[in-house]
Amino acid sequence: MTKDDGEMVEEQKKKPCRFWIWALSSVLFRLILISYAGNLNLSSRPEVSTPLTSIRRLAEGYWLKQASMSPYAGSMYHGSPLLLSLLGPLTVQRIKGQPSHLFCSLVFVIADILSAILLRGIGKKLQMAYGLNARLLGLLKSPRDKGILPCGDIAALVYLWNPFTIVCCVGLSTSPIENLAVILALNGAVTRRVPLAAFGLVMATHLSLYPAILTIPVIFLLGYGLDAPPLKLFLQTRNVESGNRSSTSSASKQAKSKPTAQLPFLWKTVVHFVFWALVWSLCVMVLCRLSLSKHGGLEEMFKRTYGFILSIEDLSPNIGVFWYFFAEVFDFFRNFFLIVFHVNILFMLLPLAIRLKHRPCFLAFIYLAISSLLKSYPSVGDSALYLSLWALFVNELADMKFSFFLFCGYLGVSLLSPVMHNLWIWRGTGNANFYFGNAIGYACFQIVFVVESVSAMLNHDRALKKCNPNHQKVKN
Amino acid sequence: MARTVLTWWIPLLILQSFLLAIAFGSNEVEEEFSESLLLKPLPDRKVLAHFHFENRAPPSNSHGRHHHLFPKAISQLVQKFRVKEMELSFTQGRWNHEHWGGSDTLSSMNAKPVGVELWAVFDVPRSEVDTSWKNLTHALSGLFCASINFLESSTSYAAPTWGFGRSSDKLRYGSLPREAVCTENLTPWLKLLPCRDKDGISALMNRPSVYRGFYHSQRLHLSMIDSGMLLEQSLTVVLQPDTVYDGKDLQPSWSLSSLFGRKVVGKCVLAKSSNVYLQMEGLAHPEAHTLLKNEEFELSIKPDRTLRETSSVLFIFDIDKSSDSEPFDLSLTWKLPSKWSCQQAPLHASRFLMGSGNERGAIAILLKATESQDKLSGKDITNGGRCRIKANVFQIFPWYVKVYYHTLQIFVDQQQNTSSEVLKKINVSPSADKMSSGMMEMMLELPCEVKSVAISIEYDKGFLHIDEYPPDANQGFDIPSALISFPDHHASLDFKEELSTLPLLSKFKDKSLVRSYTEVLLVPLTTPDFSMPYNVITITCTVFALYFGSLLNALRRRIGEEERFLKSKGKKTGGLKQLLSRFTAKIRGRPVESPSSEPTAAAQSSVLSSKLLFKIILVAGVAAAWQYFSTDK
Repeated sequence: MTKDDGEMVEEQKKKPCRFWIWALSSVLFRLILISYAGNLNLSSRPEVSTPLTSIRRLAEGYWLKQASMSPYAGSMYHGSPLLLSLLGPLTVQRIKGQPSHLFCSLVFVIADILSAILLRGIGKKLQMAYGLNARLLGLLKSPRDKGILPCGDIAALVYLWNPFTIVCCVGLSTSPIENLAVILALNGAVTRRVPLAAFGLVMATHLSLYPAILTIPVIFLLGYGLDAPPLKLFLQTRNVESGNRSSTSSASKQAKSKPTAQLPFLWKTVVHFVFWALVWSLCVMVLCRLSLSKHGGLEEMFKRTYGFILSIEDLSPNIGVFWYFFAEVFDFFRNFFLIVFHVNILFMLLPLAIRLKHRPCFLAFIYLAISSLLKSYPSVGDSALYLSLWALFVNELADMKFSFFLFCGYLGVSLLSPVMHNLWIWRGTGNANFYFGNAIGYACFQIVFVVESVSAMLNHDRALKKCNPNHQKVKN
Repeated sequence: MARTVLTWWIPLLILQSFLLAIAFGSNEVEEEFSESLLLKPLPDRKVLAHFHFENRAPPSNSHGRHHHLFPKAISQLVQKFRVKEMELSFTQGRWNHEHWGGSDTLSSMNAKPVGVELWAVFDVPRSEVDTSWKNLTHALSGLFCASINFLESSTSYAAPTWGFGRSSDKLRYGSLPREAVCTENLTPWLKLLPCRDKDGISALMNRPSVYRGFYHSQRLHLSMIDSGMLLEQSLTVVLQPDTVYDGKDLQPSWSLSSLFGRKVVGKCVLAKSSNVYLQMEGLAHPEAHTLLKNEEFELSIKPDRTLRETSSVLFIFDIDKSSDSEPFDLSLTWKLPSKWSCQQAPLHASRFLMGSGNERGAIAILLKATESQDKLSGKDITNGGRCRIKANVFQIFPWYVKVYYHTLQIFVDQQQNTSSEVLKKINVSPSADKMSSGMMEMMLELPCEVKSVAISIEYDKGFLHIDEYPPDANQGFDIPSALISFPDHHASLDFKEELSTLPLLSKFKDKSLVRSYTEVLLVPLTTPDFSMPYNVITITCTVFALYFGSLLNALRRRIGEEERFLKSKGKKTGGLKQLLSRFTAKIRGRPVESPSSEPTAAAQSSVLSSKLLFKIILVAGVAAAWQYFSTDK
């Protein structure tokens, strides 16, 4: 990551060209791995494929559907019926001499590329906004300042070259598609394409439920605009500027130029968004209904997808901690702990939304990190998503604490996890606690990561205030 | 002592039934009981003994609820649960299909899977079948001192549609491979016989000798027929006669007393017929052996009748003549070495697990051609000009073996085959986690010249909650036997003479489906650490408390400057909000103790007091409510 940063800073002009070279090489790398995917056996790794995202289960669901049974019969498939219609036919297509799920792998590679491009779009917007805000606050004088990192390119490359993403893509988990839907929602909200944002959000929620909490940041994005330093900084600047000389930067955001304490909330856009979200969810429902008309219908779909996510029925190991917790906990307390752990996600939504409402993109990143931490069936694909979103904020989070420690932690956990799994499952020399310990370590690192990111962002805002020249002026 | 009591009772009973018969009209069908024992030397120096007891009762309304010979417990089961047909078997040991036969009636009826197997067809509406099944399992569990009640849970039984050989939608099938079978199951089974094991053929059932055998299967088959109820009880044992090896490769000679340690001293008085049969297979010149003595072997008792069948000779003995002074002790002495082989099923089925580790694996069923294959290809089972063998595979998967049906592969003669060529029909009901077991029925149509067929299917091993593991969790879990049946092949003895009076023989004459059960598979499943619940709960909760606390702390942490700002902001009332920006600037510019602090403080104190008042009222309200509800109780 840091290597990327270094290179990115070096040459601004050659950037697009270089970006595409790196992106293409990542695609090539994926294709090479795909041709050896059979030997890597990644698709059966518990870190990569969860009961929700495993392609084998999807293929089983498709087989059941072809045998005119409900794809949800037999608690194998727990994904979306739309994904089944999309990927199902590809799972049975085989070319002689090629790996079995070649077409699916290609779909995942395409999903990854699309995600990267969309991330780059988000990053460009954020970068522009950052530059604009910095100039507004008087931190940067020249418009072509080299201090701003091209966060879009960095995030896209972090996404493409993240081992987690590569492993998920090659390991045939459906998480690249879920990630694509999330990034689509964010991209739509950032570029203010309301239907796109609504579509992405509805699809992401449909595919994996947890992105439903992204409604808050997306509404903030549409209502308040892009990430910006806290409002009072602008107000101070504005006051000072109006006090000293007439405002010159009238090109700044209309909303911010008003001398009010409240940012105007664009109700119209938000209502527009809600309307589109309803339209898209209606479409999704109708399509699901059509594809499941013969067996079960929507009720069974909700029971087998969302119900499966919420009730944590499958106790097969993954990198989360809930599988072992619910394998061990007394049946009497099971429902209590289920509620506690699910509510844990919801509890944090409001405090974060209040404190970070001026930075909706960052809020979305934190929400995704939290949901990947508290998910019932987490996989490294979720980590890949929030890590690349984190890279969008390289400018703001440049002085994040413990970054090296966290990097080592993630590396260590991802190396130890297969070892522990092997010791426990294959060799039988270790027991479940080995793997669970690893999962606990991973959870701890994620917690430190989230907490440090939040405090780094808050510190950044404070630092902005401190080094704000106007602020200094006011003080004197 | 018991025998004397019995001899007192029996004439009375007979008299009573006789009187009753007169009272209710002479055309009334009587309850009938017959006993028989079939002995058969096996090619691998063992002896098979098959006890067969048949109990017929006319429709239950003829005598009210009373029976003379038919066990009341069973007739109550029929009445209560509306059982149409039922079979329960307790088995220990594995039937050796290669040496003990695979396609004759005896093996296809009595070669049962290890443990308990129960199937039943009910005569109730479809919605009530499961309830009847559950009640039946509990009743049988009590009746036979076995844990048949474990078949009650929906994860352990299945509803076969056509793969089991009987197509009925009211059929339920379940098996418990781990059930240990012992005398406590045999005793209640014997209690159903009119003479128990006191008299007649059943007196041979000396427990140590019966349980010393290589194979032991006790079966109870109940069926409703036109003329009432038919209860068949049979016990099949494969015993090894005690002989000293004489170096001449002779088959071991045996007698009833050497096999069982007991002799038959007379028939069960209540039995209508009581016979002992000796079936000799693979005799060189069947015609010459109708004599009592010949150059190959010698029988101690002269058979009453001799029957010839296509491949075997049946000697029939009547035990009416035996008495205390002259017990019936049949013995067979071999004089010349003799070798023969049994009739085998068209394909020999075996099943095994593939893969290692505790994550996933595959189950493979291997069907291998047997010697009878050659005969078959000569036989004209033509189907559109080509000879075909039909084989049905019926398999139950427990839910913790999560089978991927799309990975089903069929290899014919080691060549992977596209399914449609061989697989004519498949019916799958996938298992639901902790809800129901999975079932797979397949109909294969194979060319007759096939040498081997392998069916493989992949599965993932489930991970269970700690309470769901049995006490010895590391022993592994059993997958019940698969059943392979050959619908085009029927086993029956083809007698030259017409015989319908002898129950066992008429049974053997009926065509029965050739079936064979595969081995029970033992799947080791990963176990969690059983001593960890408290540790796991505390560690996990600590980690999440850490998350919650530190994140909340990061969110609400303020540095000194902000604190001061907030403090001053808190002093402002709502009306001043418009001037917020100006005010901040002013306060920042000036020292903290501003002149306007006093009036705002007064305002604050009023706000505070109202807040305080509200809190007091709230607490008082809660207290009053608490008081109210607690006194109410």
